[in-house]
Order: sequence, then C-alpha cells, then structure tokens
Amino acid sequence: MKCFRLCAAAILLAFTICGLVSAGTLEDVRAKGFIQAGVNGDVFGFGKPDEKGVWRGLDIDTARAVAAAVFGDTGKVKFTPVTAKTRFTALQSGEIDVLTRNCTQTLTRDTALGLDFCQVNYYDGQGFMVPKKLGVKSAKELNGATVCVLPGTTTEQNVADYFRANGMKMKPVVIESTADLYKAYFAGRCDCITSDTSQLAGNRAVAPNPKDHILLPEIISKEPLAPAVRHGDNKWKDIVHYSILAMIAAEEMGITSKNVDQLLKSTDPKIQRFLGVTPGNGEALGLDEKFAYNIVKQVGNYGEVFERNVGAGSPLGLERGLNALWTRGGLMYAPPFN
Amino acid sequence: MVDTKDSLPESKTSFWYDPAKRSILYQVVSLLFVGLLGYYLLSNTRHNLERQSIATGFGFLQKEASFEIGESLVAYSAADTYARALWVGILNTVLISGIGIVLAVTLGILIGIARLSNNWLVSRLSSVYIEVFQDIPVLLQLFFWYAFCYEMLPSPRQAIHPMTGIFLSNRGLVFAVPATHPAHRYMCAAFSCALIAVFFLRRWSRKRQERTGRTFPMLGTSLGILLFFPIGAWWLAGAPTAMSMPVLKGFNFEGGLTISPEFSALLMGLVLYTAAFVAEIVRAGIQSVNRGQTEAAMALGLKSGRVLSLVILPQALRVIVPPLTSQMLNLTKNSSLAVAIGYPDFVSVAGTTINQTGQAIEGVAMIMAVYLCFSLLTSAFMNWYNKKIALVER
Repeated sequence: MKCFRLCAAAILLAFTICGLVSAGTLEDVRAKGFIQAGVNGDVFGFGKPDEKGVWRGLDIDTARAVAAAVFGDTGKVKFTPVTAKTRFTALQSGEIDVLTRNCTQTLTRDTALGLDFCQVNYYDGQGFMVPKKLGVKSAKELNGATVCVLPGTTTEQNVADYFRANGMKMKPVVIESTADLYKAYFAGRCDCITSDTSQLAGNRAVAPNPKDHILLPEIISKEPLAPAVRHGDNKWKDIVHYSILAMIAAEEMGITSKNVDQLLKSTDPKIQRFLGVTPGNGEALGLDEKFAYNIVKQVGNYGEVFERNVGAGSPLGLERGLNALWTRGGLMYAPPFN
Repeated sequence: MVDTKDSLPESKTSFWYDPAKRSILYQVVSLLFVGLLGYYLLSNTRHNLERQSIATGFGFLQKEASFEIGESLVAYSAADTYARALWVGILNTVLISGIGIVLAVTLGILIGIARLSNNWLVSRLSSVYIEVFQDIPVLLQLFFWYAFCYEMLPSPRQAIHPMTGIFLSNRGLVFAVPATHPAHRYMCAAFSCALIAVFFLRRWSRKRQERTGRTFPMLGTSLGILLFFPIGAWWLAGAPTAMSMPVLKGFNFEGGLTISPEFSALLMGLVLYTAAFVAEIVRAGIQSVNRGQTEAAMALGLKSGRVLSLVILPQALRVIVPPLTSQMLNLTKNSSLAVAIGYPDFVSVAGTTINQTGQAIEGVAMIMAVYLCFSLLTSAFMNWYNKKIALVER
C-alpha cells in the first residue's frame, strides 16, 4: 500500500508542477530560442508565404521586428497560420506568443477575452467589394444582396449592423477559410464581399481579373489592426509595443535600413539614445541596448515596411492615408524614446 | 488500508488473494483517479480563466446576437438573442441530418440490392459507385459539390428556367410553393389522422389473418388513406390554389422556396458518401441469410415478395440494423463539416457566437452536448427498433 501512496503523491505533485509552468513570455521565448507568432496565412500583403515559401507581409515584418528586438535575429520567429475563429484561443492557450494577424482591437477583446493589444500597425476600415458589371456605385444600393463574409470576425457584426441601420436586408454566406470564401465570391456565389479594405485590396490583387472588381466608397467601421498578447504579461507587452513604435520612431527621425549604420555616428542625442549608442532604453525593456538598431537594420522603418508590403509600389497599391506619420496627416505617432 | 486484515479477522484468505475484494479495490482506485483528474482539469481551467480575467458563465445567451444567419427554419434577425441564433443552428443541423439519413438509407438500400442483381451491368455499376464514393474523403466531396454548384450554374439574371415557377442559378434552386393558407394546417391534421387510421387497420388485418388466414391488401389501402385524407381536407377548406411565385427582384429571387447551394452541396456530399456504406451493410445483411431459406420458403409456395418480407428481411435486418445505426450517427456528425462550405449549421453558428463573446469553453461544451444528445436519441430509437425486429426465439 505504501507503493500506492507514493504513486498517488507523485501524480499529485506532477499535476501541481504542470500548473506552475510559464513564468513570463519573455523567459519562455528566450528558453525555447524563438518566437511563435500567429499570422493570417491567406491575406496577400499582410501574412502569406510567397511562391518560394518565404513568409511576407506587414504582419510578418511586425513579428520579425519583435524577433530582432529580442534575439537580434529576424530568423528566430516561427509562423503559425491561425483562422479568425482559432486565433484568440491559440493565444490564450499559449500555443502562440504573439498574435500578428490583422486583428481589430476592441473593448471586449481587450477585457473579457483576456488579451492586451499593442501599438496599431495598420489603421483599417471595413468596406465592400463588388463586381464592376453589377453596376452598384454605393453600399446603400445593396438591399437584398447576398454577402460573402468571414466568420468569427467583427466584420460579421458590422455588416449586420450596417444593413439594419439602413433598413436593408442581406443574406450572408459564411465560409471559414479566407481562400474558399474569396473563391466563392469570384465565382459569383455572392453579390458582394465585405471585409477590411486592406484585405479586399490584397485579395483583389491576386484575383483572376483584378480590374473587374471595385471597392465601394463607404467605410462602415473603424478597424485598428494591432498585435495582441496575453493579458497580464506587461513585460512582454512592452516589448511588442515598443518594437512597433521603434519602426515608427525611426521613420520620424529619418532612419532607414540603408543609413542606420552611418547614423550610429550621429551626434544627435535623440538618435544616439534611440540606436543604443547612449545606453538606457534596452535595459529598461529587458533587452539588448541595440534592439532598435537591429529592428531598423534588419526589418526597416515603418515607411519601408509599408511600401514593401502594401504601398503604392506593391500589387496592393494602397495609399498611406491614416497610416502616414502624424507630421503628414496620418495617425502614426511614436512617444519619445528616452 | 494495510489494516484491513485486522478488521476482517475471520477471513482465511488474505486481502490480496481474495479476487472479489481485490476487484473492489481496483475499482475504487480507478474511480479516485478519474475523480482527481476531473477535479484537476476543472480547477485548473477555472484558475487559468480567472488569471487571464476571461468572463465565464452562460449569461451571454440572453444578449443580442447582432449577426445574420443565411437560412433559417424559424423567424430570425440580427436583433434576436444568442440563444435564438443557436436554436436556428440546431434546427438547421436537424434538418440536414434528418433529410440526409432518410435519403442515404433509401439510396443505400437500392444500391445494395442492385449490387446483388443478376444483371451484370447493374451490379458492376453499383460496385463502381460504392468503391468511388467510399474511398474519397467526405470533405473533398463537399468541396467538389459546392464548387460544382457555384461554378457551373449561371447568375440569377441568367437563371436556368425549365418551366414556370422554377429557377436554377448559383443562388440555389427556387421554386413556386402554395401560398400560405389555413388549409395547410388542416391537411397536416388530416395526415396525422390518416397515420393513426393506418396503424389500427394494420393491427386489425394482422389479427384477422392470424384468425382466418385471409390476407388484406394493406399497401394499396394505406396509400389510399394517406392520400385521401389530406386531399379531402384541402378540398373541404375551399381548395386554395394560390401559389407563391419566385420573382427576380433586385439582386435575388423573392417568393417561392429556395434551396441554397450550400444546403444542396452538403446534402449531396453526405448522402452519396453515406449511401455507399449503407449499400455494403445491406448487401452483407442479405448475403448473411442462407440461400436454403429462400428455397425452402419458395417450396412452401410463398410469392417472392412474401419470401423477402417474411423470411429474408427479418433475418437480414438483425445483421443490418446495428451497423446502420452507426452510419446514421456518422452522417449527423459529418454534417458539422458544413462550416467548410458555408451552411449555417449548429457548429457554424456556435463558432461565430464563441468568437463574438469569447466564451470558448461554454460554446464548445454546448456543441458537445448537442451532438451527444443527437447521437443518444438516434441510438435510443434504433435500439428500440432493433429490439422490435429481433428474431423472437421460441
């Protein structure tokens, strides 16, 4: 019987230990040697592998910036594609360390869902895309339309709210996978498709005939897309938060991946502090003093990242709009780095 | 527990060598272990939820759902509660599983009998059908049928229009139905009466046959009653003939009844896949009855229909019913693949609810409870049926 008691005690002890793991995400991440980031996987320009299998996109570069800050190496991040429905559970359960998946910050998600949102990396809004030949010029003409919509997003609720507010009827077609949803839309199953305009533009860019589809002028919601971390891990949140802000601050100060090495010799105290020539910032975050240098050198400033992935030169051809620096009429604004 | 020996001084065999006591001990230990595991899981979950300040409970069911659902058997709008939205999802799952089971069993029986046909072409065609549909994953079949529905069919403005009141397009099959009229309610009531009448007629005819040996033409008479009662009710209620005709208005058809591409694709995929398995079960059941039984029954002078219904089927059904039940359950559970092709079944609606409210644990628990209920109800019914048709051994 002693043997049985020992076994029972051992089992109980094992359970107790299981309950005590995970001290903090930063320590966990350092211990395993890489960051696990939850990304979209289907949206061109934000998170999708290219034809060679290399992940590309604004959200991908955001996760890489965090890896550059923590490890000084953008390669030390692994990507897990998560669907709109599984993303929060994946983060809550610890399967991923950070969620960079064009995810809208809302009050409920920030509170009841147990998440914390960091600096917005793209200010978006929900719009409609329709086939040109339908002849629709405004979303107000969509009464009775069949609408393709992704499940488990704020999109589903926004579009229902919009149709209700305007006294119109709609028939949703809700398909879980982004790729299958757009396939159904392009084949004519729906009269229109609704989503964040960046996503619509991204999927239109890879459509069979991009010119046959137009975005309607109405923007029916605010969608501040921001990376999320688990609630209560303030240290890790600060790191993700300031990794994005570092990219914005770099653009404000005119530091790019090309000139960052030269600017190490700059005499401007602001730049010296930012690049870690004058120490302090890194220590405060629990990171290497060169974290901001690594981000700018390896990933680029926010402007570079934007242009590379979704800007005028990319297939998406999006304007900076709200995502321009505050000095140019946008919303991107970084607090002082000191 | 080492002291047990002392409390049982009379026992001659020691505690460990008494199989009865040993087995009780094993059971108590297992029960304790399962209990501890359950307690650990529950308390750990609650602790984690509290730590991450995630709200818990079922209070969200009374909040406004504020999302639309594509098709619904009951009136529903975005202003209704989550509870109502989930109810719509449950009804949609019941609809697809109910129709799917009836069609799959019917088709499966036909194919299974065809497989045993003496006609070379018929039996080979059924074999090919069974092999093809059994061996392709059902999810792929769903994608195929759904893509078929929206890629092959024209847009509503160019809808295929074979006859008045029927339109086929990538928005689904729309057809005219009788406009709502109180007569329909009377017809339903009359049909129920007819069912009861047939039940009693059947009992009477069986008793008479046992007494006198005279048979009664049950099939024709029952069909007559089942048709005559509702038609009579319709005629008495004033024979309304008004139809609700589908009309293309704006983007879509209005009026009539619409069968959506999602529903059709899901039904087609599930029925064709499950029917292949049912066909094999039916074939195995029929082949399990010794050929000598048929010959003996024929030697008694029974007609071939009676041979089937009195001799072959009662024995074959014993083999068929249990595996058939599990195929019915499979169809119901596979219907949750609807999320992949956009049919708003329970899993789809519950998924949206989970995402909007963040109540993942409650949502998943509800999904499991609902499917468990469906499965238990189906098994209970089939077990009852199995017991009823089981061979009574005298």
